[in-house]
Amino acid sequence: MSGTGFSLWLSLRVALLATAVVLPIGVLIAHVQARWRYPGHGLVTTVVLLPLVLPPTVTGYYLVMLLGREGLLGAPLHQLTGASIMFTFWACAVTAATMALPLVVRTVQGAFEALDPTYEEIAATLGLGPVATFLRVRIPLAWRAIVAAGVLAFARAIGEFGATMMLAGNVPGRTNTMPLEVFSAYLAGDDARAHVLVLLLTVVSAVVIVVAERLARRPIG
Amino acid sequence: MDVQPALEFDVVLHAGGRSWHHTGRMDRPGTLVLFGASGAGKTLTLRALAGLTRPAGGHVRCGGRVLFDTATGVVVPPQSRRVGYVPQHTGLFPYLNVRGNVGFGVPRATRATRVDALLAELDLVALGDRAPASLSGGEQQRVAIARALAPGPQLLLLDEPFSALDRAARRELRAWFAAHVRAQAQVVVLVTHDAEEARSLGDRLVLVEDGATVAEGAPAEVLGRS
Repeated sequence: MSGTGFSLWLSLRVALLATAVVLPIGVLIAHVQARWRYPGHGLVTTVVLLPLVLPPTVTGYYLVMLLGREGLLGAPLHQLTGASIMFTFWACAVTAATMALPLVVRTVQGAFEALDPTYEEIAATLGLGPVATFLRVRIPLAWRAIVAAGVLAFARAIGEFGATMMLAGNVPGRTNTMPLEVFSAYLAGDDARAHVLVLLLTVVSAVVIVVAERLARRPIG
Repeated sequence: MDVQPALEFDVVLHAGGRSWHHTGRMDRPGTLVLFGASGAGKTLTLRALAGLTRPAGGHVRCGGRVLFDTATGVVVPPQSRRVGYVPQHTGLFPYLNVRGNVGFGVPRATRATRVDALLAELDLVALGDRAPASLSGGEQQRVAIARALAPGPQLLLLDEPFSALDRAARRELRAWFAAHVRAQAQVVVLVTHDAEEARSLGDRLVLVEDGATVAEGAPAEVLGRS
């Protein structure tokens, strides 16, 4: 069972880190996309949302091309430090974050676009600049959507399989997250272990759905 | 002697295929009423004074400060204008209580003292810990006005503050306004379409009709004529 314990702990760490990183980035992208129309606006939307539509293996392939030992960013990093994030904990986290980003941007951008502009106008007349207005008006008004986005990001991150397989592999004791362990247990014919893992993942996911639904349904205030 | 008018504006505004040209002038501190039917461009003019809508042309001067002038290209953004703006639907921040709303535009260092003092001056101490949603319409207006006054604006802009209230609440709020608010800002610009309100609260009145200012003067004089 220690293998299951490791996988659970790894998955939780990966999902928490991915959520913590992707939430502020996603909120900022959502803010920019909701606030301004600029050349390339549609391109940014497309790139951010692609992982939602592409097969995860394709997203994973792109990540390998970007971060792999011979990748666009990975090659210079490897030359400089001799290290690569391929097949490491960090590969799991980066992949999970990439897959969670579109959910965060979608959820929060919608909330930002629905805000009544009066609040920001009042803040401006009260002396607040754009940054203070973002922090003291937009974020608190949209906080429910932001928390919901965080919950969804966590859920997506903890369930990530295909892209993780590409960038992080399935290295026992290192990158074998829960979903990968389910696959391994199934392949090995270890039904008992598969059952436990599946049950654990189902419970976590169900809790996430309940929390996200509650947040989405309560009124703002 | 100070020869600068307390407020002077001459703005051309375009929106939705229509255009308006409104002027007004207050030589001394006091309350200027923007009076006219809906659609006359009163709210838009108020927004232009606040810096929330950019006029196509003209100027806005407050005390000795130029807030907007197309001739010289001056456009002071709303956050630097020192104006207090209260839109028709108060826009109280739902996630803050009354104290939080009133102190919103006050620097943190002086916030608590300023809020305490202002709530006392405006007779709002009892509301301090209430949530905006729990307030009556009249109370919401008072809190919104207090919030606008808290940073010490030169200019207080009120858009139909009495219009959503029943008669009794309206009378009460009007008395409160006359007793407490007028002394707090140099110039108050009050938008209304209610002649009674205009007469009782205005020191000077700008009558707007069909997209232009048609008369300006003492309220009794202008409204007597129309």
